[in-house]
Amino acid sequence: MMAEIVLDKVTKRYPDGALAVSEADFTIADGEFVILVGPSGCGKSTTLNMIAGLEDISDGELRIDGQRVNEKAPKDRDIAMVFQSYALYPHMSVRENMAFPLRLAKVDDKIVRQKVEQAAATLDLTQHLDRKPGNLSGGQRQRVAMGRAIVRSPKAFLMDEPLSNLDAKLRVQMRTSLSKLQKQLGTTTVYVTHDQTEAMTLGDRVVVLRGGIVQQIGSPQFLYEQPANLFVAGFIGSPSMNFLPATLADNEVNSPIGKFALTDRIRALVEKAGASREVILGIRPEHFEDAHLLDDSAKAGGATFAATVDVLESMGSDKYAYFTVEGDQATSQELEELAADSGSADVPDSGSQVVTRLSAASDARQGESLDVWFDADKVLLFDPSNGKNLTYAG
Amino acid sequence: MAMMTTRTPGRVARWTLIDIVVVVYALVPVLWILSLSLKTKSAITDKSFIPTEWTFQNYVDIFQTTDFLRALVNSIGIAVIATVIAVVLGTMAAYAIARLDFPGKRALVGVSLLIAMFPQVSLVSPLFDMERALGLFDTWPGLILPYITFALPLSIYTLSAFFREIPWELEKAAKMDGATPGQAFRKVIAPLAAPGVFTTAILVFIFCWNDFLFAISLTSTNASRTVPAALQFFTGASYFEDPTGTVSAAAVVITIPIILFVLFFQRRIVAGLTSGAVKG
Ligand SMILES: Nc1ncnc2c1ncn2[C@@H]1O[C@H](COP(=O)(O)OP(=O)(O)OP(=O)(O)O)[C@@H](O)[C@H]1O
Ligand SMILES: [Mg+2]
Repeated sequence: MMAEIVLDKVTKRYPDGALAVSEADFTIADGEFVILVGPSGCGKSTTLNMIAGLEDISDGELRIDGQRVNEKAPKDRDIAMVFQSYALYPHMSVRENMAFPLRLAKVDDKIVRQKVEQAAATLDLTQHLDRKPGNLSGGQRQRVAMGRAIVRSPKAFLMDEPLSNLDAKLRVQMRTSLSKLQKQLGTTTVYVTHDQTEAMTLGDRVVVLRGGIVQQIGSPQFLYEQPANLFVAGFIGSPSMNFLPATLADNEVNSPIGKFALTDRIRALVEKAGASREVILGIRPEHFEDAHLLDDSAKAGGATFAATVDVLESMGSDKYAYFTVEGDQATSQELEELAADSGSADVPDSGSQVVTRLSAASDARQGESLDVWFDADKVLLFDPSNGKNLTYAG
Repeated sequence: MAMMTTRTPGRVARWTLIDIVVVVYALVPVLWILSLSLKTKSAITDKSFIPTEWTFQNYVDIFQTTDFLRALVNSIGIAVIATVIAVVLGTMAAYAIARLDFPGKRALVGVSLLIAMFPQVSLVSPLFDMERALGLFDTWPGLILPYITFALPLSIYTLSAFFREIPWELEKAAKMDGATPGQAFRKVIAPLAAPGVFTTAILVFIFCWNDFLFAISLTSTNASRTVPAALQFFTGASYFEDPTGTVSAAAVVITIPIILFVLFFQRRIVAGLTSGAVKG
């Protein structure tokens, strides 16, 4: 069964005037696993509910399988949904919960039994079939909710933060089995999360939303390497990208982590984008290295600076070193929003913090100075006024 | 989550004592009436709690008069009809108030609160005149209508509290599972609201059953006089005989339907039925 979902300039304005989603325009291919991600209140649930039919579409067109479905009731769209709260029917047994969509579709009793038992086996719920949802653990409830969605083989699954009520360990487990299940069933899936790790690991493609506007769409790897703007750059990746204020003059960058020349690749991109003098420099933690571990030829493509290690976290496989470098903090609306969302709005008074990931062999010590090298070709430059990535290769 | 408190012997003893005091306080008058109803006419004033001589004569007497039987039928009929109508209307209104946004919602809630606060006594004389003019005086509808009026706010308030407890998402889930709005209500919302509906039914029934004010003022004959009013008209065998025994017997008889009603529906009032629907 083909199930392509097309959002054609879909807009949602709530009756109170709030513009929750503005001209969302993307296509979800048949069998694709697409993630909607963004901070709280950015319109993820609203988008999902419009696809489901639980919210009216104010403007634009939603097509499933090439057919306009704006006016169709949820039950006529043949889409299953898994809710954040699971929304299991408390007065029905697990078996009846899972059978409910089939019973409504007036499926023959024997087939219902067979399908429910099959789904229960897939989800490892067989021994719980006759229990009530109230007596199950969080993970089991989550699986019942999944079971209710898969029994009737719908055209598509919609999931609104289905794992956010589970504890960290169970979430990782369920994430893996969810991914496996989706591959196995090959059903088109739209998955909402505000967890960027889930977004990175689960999806074929990720849609990043901010304030109801789609920021960028692409594979997780592409979004990681080529963020279209500051917001996406800061949102994707953990620990997140470092941002520093910098000035650009004569193809040289002057930043709190030193003065260095742009590489040819970046220079070409920046020229094309028409960069201003003031920029925000972005660089990911893994593009730093302890300078002592590199020979001169390896160091050639980058620059080195010295700073005092504030905090050192050894993870076994690598070491995370935190520095405070001089100069102001990079400021922009996007960065403020990201900080507010991650709850780290209270920033140090002076200087900006840089997080680096060094190899485990580094002998960096807390409180001591360290020479740190970074790869100048991995540097991203952003326009502080509108957040645009000046080094975006497309 | 239930608060866990430790059970020390001291605590248990204290609570047991309090429980006994409350139960005794509540039950003594009831038992007193029961005792009176089982005494012979001559022993009524003997002041002993346990009858020295047991008799069912009072019960036999009241069931031999058509007055009491008629009143019992009136009571049951009027209370049941008023309860059914008030609960059905209340369910619909409460669902709308809890779930929908419609113009005039605040006004509806306000008016029903106003009715609940209105002193019923002040309405008795106007109602008396109105019902006389409309030919409703001393008829079943003449009592059913005011009962519904005063029971509706009660039923709307109780039920909308219950509806608000039912997670909205269950209805959305039912819709996604392929239910029409009607099916979602019947198969998911109604079963979950059932405890609320039964609780409300009990409260409304008790209100109608116990009413004395309207029953005494808006009736004049056996045609619609309910038991609480009819008790007033009990007389002994002669004018000078005290009807205490038969009145007590009648009082005991009319508490029985309420006890049955509560026992019958109690099994349905399973608290915490919605637990497990949604997490947190
Ligand atoms: N029923 C409503 N009426 C008016 N505004 C609403 C309504 N529901 C949501 N909104 C607004 O629409 C915006 C998007 O809400 P939505 O629920 O889609 O966010 P979300 O991305 O799912 O956030 P979260 O991660 O917190 O679930 C928010 O600004 C919210 O205030
Ligand atoms: Mg949401």
